[in-house]
Amino acid sequence: MSNNGNKSIYLPENATVLKNRPMTRTEAYFEFKLDSGSELGHMPGQFAEISVPGIGEAPISVSSSPTAGGSFEMVVRKAGNVTAALHAVAEGQKIGVRGPFGTSFPVETEMKGKDILFICGGIGLVPLRSAINYVLDKRGNYGNVTILSGTKTPAERLFTDELEKWQERQDVTLLESVDTADEGWKGNTGVITTLIPKVTIDPANTVTLICGPPIMYKFVLLELMKIPVDFQNVYVSLERHMKCGVGKCGHCQINGLYACQDGPVFRYADIAKVREAI
Amino acid sequence: MSIQKISEEGLKTWVAGLIEKSAVYGIQAKGDKFDFAPLDDAQKLRLDYDVSNIPPKKYFQPAGEELVRFDEQGFKSVVDAEPFILLGVHPYDVAAIAQMDKLFALGNKDTHYLTRRQNATIIACDVQNASKNVFAGCLGFAAVDKGFDILLTKISDGYLVDSRTEKGNELCRSLAAAAASEKDLAERAEIQQRNKELLQKHALKADPQQIAAGLEKGYDNPIWEEKAALCFSCGSCNLVCPTCYCFDVQDDMNWDMKSGVRSRSWDGCMLENFATVAGDHNFRKNKADRYRHRYYRKGLYVPQKIDEISCVGCGRCITACVSHIAHPVEVFNRITEDAR
Repeated sequence: MSNNGNKSIYLPENATVLKNRPMTRTEAYFEFKLDSGSELGHMPGQFAEISVPGIGEAPISVSSSPTAGGSFEMVVRKAGNVTAALHAVAEGQKIGVRGPFGTSFPVETEMKGKDILFICGGIGLVPLRSAINYVLDKRGNYGNVTILSGTKTPAERLFTDELEKWQERQDVTLLESVDTADEGWKGNTGVITTLIPKVTIDPANTVTLICGPPIMYKFVLLELMKIPVDFQNVYVSLERHMKCGVGKCGHCQINGLYACQDGPVFRYADIAKVREAI
Repeated sequence: MSIQKISEEGLKTWVAGLIEKSAVYGIQAKGDKFDFAPLDDAQKLRLDYDVSNIPPKKYFQPAGEELVRFDEQGFKSVVDAEPFILLGVHPYDVAAIAQMDKLFALGNKDTHYLTRRQNATIIACDVQNASKNVFAGCLGFAAVDKGFDILLTKISDGYLVDSRTEKGNELCRSLAAAAASEKDLAERAEIQQRNKELLQKHALKADPQQIAAGLEKGYDNPIWEEKAALCFSCGSCNLVCPTCYCFDVQDDMNWDMKSGVRSRSWDGCMLENFATVAGDHNFRKNKADRYRHRYYRKGLYVPQKIDEISCVGCGRCITACVSHIAHPVEVFNRITEDAR
């Protein structure tokens, strides 16, 4: 029985907070660099366990594309002890990192040569941004790129400068919507599903990636069924509490699946009958 | 090594010798029940016990254990590597440990569990007295042929000592014993056969092989709501289960506010917030969902990984449940009957 020598599988490595910038009322943007000098080595859709020593560890999806190299980026919503403590960590200070863990979007396999439809609800844009930027950095490998992004209000929009750039690109279709507009909002109003009929999709040649709040998936999937999209070509990233990240602690189980090992990215056709999934 | 035979006194002398040489955790009385605890006196060993309150998993995955320590420089592994002897493990618990061995080594190897496991010598013993809720016999765990270093069996005039590993042989060097006779071996075979009948205080009507198939069809069975209606979500069934190993991880800061430890502790899928994520979204909010999840883990999800039913029939959950709803045999009988 080999057991990693004396190294705990729960041992984080040191990393430095290069940037900690507020984005919205509840979200902050972070740039981290591993002290070892290595890259995180992730693929779009994967997550890592971020440690604030003395407070704890939380699973956070990586928001930067591996094509960017060097450091890696995350966006963290202040939602619990660890994330609140992370918001308070000063730039230059140390945190711990374990990972990357889990499955990723099939950017180098099933997605290649296909049209790509991204459906991002709220902070679902955070992990999808990793895949979006990967696709845009290797633009020639993919067909039409369509991004649908929705938030509750305009104030919750993330990466607004990047959204603007995507909007300007001729080779990207970006449609945005907010559930509730404010005075300055000139764009679409309505939940994200209202954007789906506005775009033309070739179901035979499109791979769809979805990430958003738990409630969003079934409505988006129902809307996609109307096209109809083949669920073999639909990938969802599901949220659970991946406490250990290595398939032991049991917290992230979705029936018999472990979100930290079998997910967080699932081909929807594979989990359509998994009752706890959506 | 051939099977040896010693007198009861001889066994006690041998155990006293083991205590002098090594850390020994042995089964002993705790009030009118039994538990595994550090053994400092061979006279306290109670191999005639029926069942321990807490399964011996606590020596491989303690209720609380440090994983890493941290200070301003970063994190360091804490891996407990003290050798020890675990004395008096019943066959169903041996089977449970063998399952945990597979699960903690599956995919990512859990350093902490596997190191403790490597440092352990397991001395098992065949059951002498059946506990009131044991049903290991129905599931094929009343007797075991592997998963231990030494197996002790009480026969009419002493104990048989069956060592199966190098670690076991090493301990048996100090054994003042004679080779067991054919008659002794026949008696042992009879005891093990008898235990298969004796350890069936509840009768499983289905073939254990049919349980997974029954669960595949039983997701919407009313039994989950019926049973869970009385559940207090106390997690007692999780705590006493030899095959429950889910855990929580917490940090504790030292008084200097710079250094501290990260530890894990037993957790339970029956507890209300087990599947809660940020923003208070609970993926298993209903008691019935949690109750069903636990039986699906035992009868379907874990078997899909290790090819063996993950309930060993110790009966501890039946005894521990204050609402009398924890009952694998009742659940599996109903599910397999309704699936027909």
